[in-house]
Amino acid sequence: MRVALFATCLGEHFFADACADAVRLLRHLGVRVDFPSAQTCCGQPAYNAGHAREARRMAEHTLGVFEGFDYVVLPSGSCAGMIRCFYPEILGRGDGGPPGDGPTGRTGRTRQRAEALAERTYELAHFLVTVLGVESLGGGLARRRVAYHHGCHALRELGVEDEPLALLRGCGATVLPWEADRECCGFGGLFSAKLPEVSAGMADRKLDTLPEVDFATSADGGCLLQLSGRARRRGSGMRFRHLASVLWEGVGR
Amino acid sequence: MSDYRPGAYRESSAETLRDRRHVRESVGSATRNFDARRLQAYAGIEAERWRDWIRDVKTHVLTNLDRYLEQAEERLTANGVRVHWAHTAGEALAVLSEVVARRAVRSAVKGKSMLTEELHVNRHLDGLGVHVRETDLGEYIIQLLGEPPSHIVGPAIHKSLEDCRRLFHEVLGTPLDGSPDALAAAARDALRHEFLAAELGISGGNFLAADTGTVALIENEGNIRLSTSLPPVHVAFVGIEKVVPRLEDVAGFLQITARAATGQPIGNYVSLIQGPRRDPEVDGPEEVHVVLVDNGRTDLLADDVAWEALRCVRCGACLNTCPVYRQTGGHAYGWTYGGPIGAIIAPAMLGLEEAMPLPYASSLCGACSDVCPARIPIPDLLVHWREKAVEAGLAPLAESAALEAYAAAAERPRLFGAAASVLRRTPWRLGGRALPVLGGWMQERAEPEPSPRSFRTLWKDGIE
Repeated sequence: MRVALFATCLGEHFFADACADAVRLLRHLGVRVDFPSAQTCCGQPAYNAGHAREARRMAEHTLGVFEGFDYVVLPSGSCAGMIRCFYPEILGRGDGGPPGDGPTGRTGRTRQRAEALAERTYELAHFLVTVLGVESLGGGLARRRVAYHHGCHALRELGVEDEPLALLRGCGATVLPWEADRECCGFGGLFSAKLPEVSAGMADRKLDTLPEVDFATSADGGCLLQLSGRARRRGSGMRFRHLASVLWEGVGR
Repeated sequence: MSDYRPGAYRESSAETLRDRRHVRESVGSATRNFDARRLQAYAGIEAERWRDWIRDVKTHVLTNLDRYLEQAEERLTANGVRVHWAHTAGEALAVLSEVVARRAVRSAVKGKSMLTEELHVNRHLDGLGVHVRETDLGEYIIQLLGEPPSHIVGPAIHKSLEDCRRLFHEVLGTPLDGSPDALAAAARDALRHEFLAAELGISGGNFLAADTGTVALIENEGNIRLSTSLPPVHVAFVGIEKVVPRLEDVAGFLQITARAATGQPIGNYVSLIQGPRRDPEVDGPEEVHVVLVDNGRTDLLADDVAWEALRCVRCGACLNTCPVYRQTGGHAYGWTYGGPIGAIIAPAMLGLEEAMPLPYASSLCGACSDVCPARIPIPDLLVHWREKAVEAGLAPLAESAALEAYAAAAERPRLFGAAASVLRRTPWRLGGRALPVLGGWMQERAEPEPSPRSFRTLWKDGIE
């Protein structure tokens, strides 16, 4: 099985250790991991801000980079959601005109390639549970009390809900109930910078309801930057850790 | 449209969060309560099948709108209702001017209706010298305060019990520690006189059954029942998208709308209005008018993507679940419809430029489309309007330039990596002054901490 790791922009530069832990975790489970060096950005920031042309360029590039692999695994729910849910549509439609050029036309063929890539693209925890069939990684999180933030795109675009929780519990962690665990943290890419006050209010709602835990974790770097950035601004010492690192610790080697 | 100021959304929302913290508290607890009740009510029925059904009926109506509207007009007319077609707000308000002049109307009562807010009916009546009284308790409260509604279903949810106690103490002389029941009773007493004196009753319309010419109205307080049956003239303003094929469809819509809105199996009162009083009936108005209002709806229908927003039944479920709406309530959005639904209809109904930046007032979390009873794909429509805004040159120039450069770099991995490593080493405090994006981030959060070495470097060196 040839698996490509798509580290993503935030992963490469803000969660490099978590990406390395994802590699360790996959290798530990017997997966051969590649890191195609031509990978850059999935295009989500442009797409969400309405810059469809730029998003399509980045999607085309990414499609070319990852096409040859059996699976593409990302330490990010939102970038995985971008590929799985939006690439076929972005790459399969014309430039704002009529929808594509039919199954045998250029966009039609690109659409089929995008669909094939979408089917093979997974967020890390999703991949471990649904593709590798992992039930338990180890006991490395025994007696750890954790809170899990469901990133919106992992939850609603990918339908990943129980997988990360099952993995955390399988490693011995206690996942504490968190009233706002399924509410948006307020990151939303450019949203967090365009409307910082509202975005911060959303993070505050998360932080105000956070239970007493050793650390909080999530599959998305963007959410973690938002929550930890806001927590530190408020003078809180709460730790926010990437799920990949937490799960690697869960192996307990 | 100069009354509307969506353009001030960022300033208004920031001001609300900074200077009126209690609004976030009141709106947050009310919407979470509504949302929890909706969830419970959905669990009691086959909600997913009903949502499919609402979507399908609405889609069918919207693709056959001309036919159903003409059928509705024909049936309404046969029932003795005077039907008016209003392309604009001005044409809709002209119906009121005619009635007021002909019947020498001096006072009117009004049931809760978002369409009449959209049309500024109260201001128009003021201008005609007519005293108009809102009769829904929440609407009554905000009318006394001179404010517009902040929520489609709960117009005064931004107000606390304390706010209401103070207001009623001043206006109605209730004690400052009056119970909610006592306050409601005082309002009821005051409103009774207004109902009896009114020469005109005004309402909206939740649904309009084409096959029978029936206007259906849902409510909880009985004030719509009184407003539409006590005064000698009733004028109902109905958006053209409110038509449904059959009266029996109304039965389904009533239940799903009530569940989505407040978690109730059905509204406490349902009025089915089918024309003026007939012999030998003793109740009901002498004259009933139905004003079919477009006011931008056909512009929305003409958009090949955003037309789906016309399936909206105005239940407010998307507002209740929206983490962005919960921060400020509806006033910050600067026009009649706040929250996710407002953001996807504003660009067609107000014009794209006028509606900015409402399509951006969302993190695209998708909670809204999870709950929408009509399955409107709200995040997709938000992105659609953002794309339209970019096409129309309404995106900030710096943003467009930055994303173009970003896309160009993303096609050249070496350049992308080099640029990223420079950015990684730029102190955000300095960068924040040059790049508005970083400045916006830094305003509310601590500086993010990039990894000491990029993953690319770790990979090259080998991962143990």
